[in-house]
Amino acid sequence: MYRPRVIPALLLKGNELVKTVQFSKPNYIGDPINAVHLFNSMKADELVFLDINATKENRNVDLELIRHVGEEADMPFAVGGGIKSLEDIQLLIAAGAEKVILGTIAGERPEFVREASDRFGSSTIAVCIDVKRTLLGKLKVWIKNGKESIPYNPIAFAQLMEEMGAGELIVQSIDRDGTMKGYDIPLIESISSAVHIPIVALGGAGSIQDLKLAAESCPINGLAAGSLFVYQGSKKGVLINYPERQVIRDVFH
Amino acid sequence: MVAIVNYGMGNIHSVKRKLDNLGVESIVSCDFREILTANRIILPGVGHFGRAMDELQKLDLIKTLHEVALEKKTPILGICLGMQLMTKGSDEGGTEGLGWFNCKTEKLIVDNPIAYKVPHTGWNTIQHNASESIFENVPTESEVYFVHSFGVNKAPENETLCTTVYSNTFVSGLKKDALIGMQFHPEKSHDCGLQLLNNFIHKI
Repeated sequence: MYRPRVIPALLLKGNELVKTVQFSKPNYIGDPINAVHLFNSMKADELVFLDINATKENRNVDLELIRHVGEEADMPFAVGGGIKSLEDIQLLIAAGAEKVILGTIAGERPEFVREASDRFGSSTIAVCIDVKRTLLGKLKVWIKNGKESIPYNPIAFAQLMEEMGAGELIVQSIDRDGTMKGYDIPLIESISSAVHIPIVALGGAGSIQDLKLAAESCPINGLAAGSLFVYQGSKKGVLINYPERQVIRDVFH
Repeated sequence: MVAIVNYGMGNIHSVKRKLDNLGVESIVSCDFREILTANRIILPGVGHFGRAMDELQKLDLIKTLHEVALEKKTPILGICLGMQLMTKGSDEGGTEGLGWFNCKTEKLIVDNPIAYKVPHTGWNTIQHNASESIFENVPTESEVYFVHSFGVNKAPENETLCTTVYSNTFVSGLKKDALIGMQFHPEKSHDCGLQLLNNFIHKI
C-alpha cells in the first residue's frame, strides 16, 4: 500500500540549523550533521535542507556542508537555497543531493525549471512554492524568502511549474510556518487537485494528527515539517524527534 | 568485487555507501575490464531511458553487459532505470533495451492522474514469493522506496519477482536466472533495502 513520505524540513543559515516562525525570527537549533545522525538512527524517510539566507546573500548553499551531509545521510535528501544556474545544481548533485529545490529562480525565470529538468531529469527537480494570504485573503506566491511577491496565484504557478517539467512541488504556507497550528489544507487541496505531479505539504504541522488530516484531505505525496521534528513540548525545547516507522504506517493505513 | 556501473545517470554514491556499510568491496566503474572481472554487477540509474542507452553505447559497454549477463552469467542487479534497461525497450524515447527480460517498459498506467500522481514517489509495499532467496529475511508487504514515471505493467509470470499496487498492479521486480531487476531503490529503503542488497551479494 502506498503512503506519503514524512519529511523533516531543516532550515540552514550558512552551516547552522535554525527554525523560523512565519519566515522570521530564526531560532538556533544546532548542528546540521548532528541532526542527520539523529534522523539516521530514527530512520527518517527523507530530509529537506533549505538555506534561508542564500538568495539574499547572493551565495550558494555551503557545498562543504552538503558534501558532509551526503557522506552521512542514510536517506535521500533535497537541497534548496540560492540556486541560480545549472552548474549550481550539478555541484549539489555531485555533493550527494538526490534532488534540488528551486524557489526564487523558478518565480523569476520559470523557463529555468525547463532547462533544469531537461538536463537532470524531472525527478531531480522540485519547486518550492511559498504562499502567503494578503489582508483580503487572496493567495499570492512569494519569492526571496517571503520578501517579494510575484504576479501569479498559486494554482496557476503550480500548473506552470508542472508544464516546465518540475518533478515535485513543495507547497509551503508562510502564514503557518512555525505556528504548529496545522497545514493550510484548503491551499494544499487546491494545488493537489490542479496538477498531476507529486505534492509535498509544508508549513504548520504540529502533530502526527496534522499529517494524517492533510493526507486524508487530498492526494498528497509528502508531508514535511520543521518545528514538529526539532521541538518538543509547549515551550518548544529543542529535541530532534521522528515517529517510529510502525507509527507512520499505522497513521496512513 | 562488486562493480557499480557508472554511465553518468543519477546519483550512484548511495549504492556504494550502502555496500560499504555491509562491508562489501565495490568499485564505481565504466571500464569494461573491471565489469568483466567483477563477480557481482549493479546497474543503477535515474533519468531518461533513451539517454541511458546512448550513454552505454558511447562508453561501448553494451557488448560487455551482454557478455557478463548471457555468457558469464554474472549476477546483475538493475535498480530503477537499471531494471528498465534490462527489458526489451521503453516508451520513453522509443529506444530498444538490453532485452534480457521478455517485457517492455511503459508509462505507468494510472486511472485517475489527479489521485495517482506520476512519478510514483514514496513508500509502497511489495508482494513477493517468500521462497525466492533474494527475499530471505524480507517479510512480504515490506515497504520500499519508489520514484519512477515508467515501469513494467506486465511481465511473464516466470520473470515476475514481485508486484506493487499503485493505481493498478505493476511489476516491481524481475528475475531470470542470476539477473534481477528492482523498480524501487533498495539503497534508499532502510533495513529492508539493506537486507535485499545483502541477499543479492550472498544468496544469488
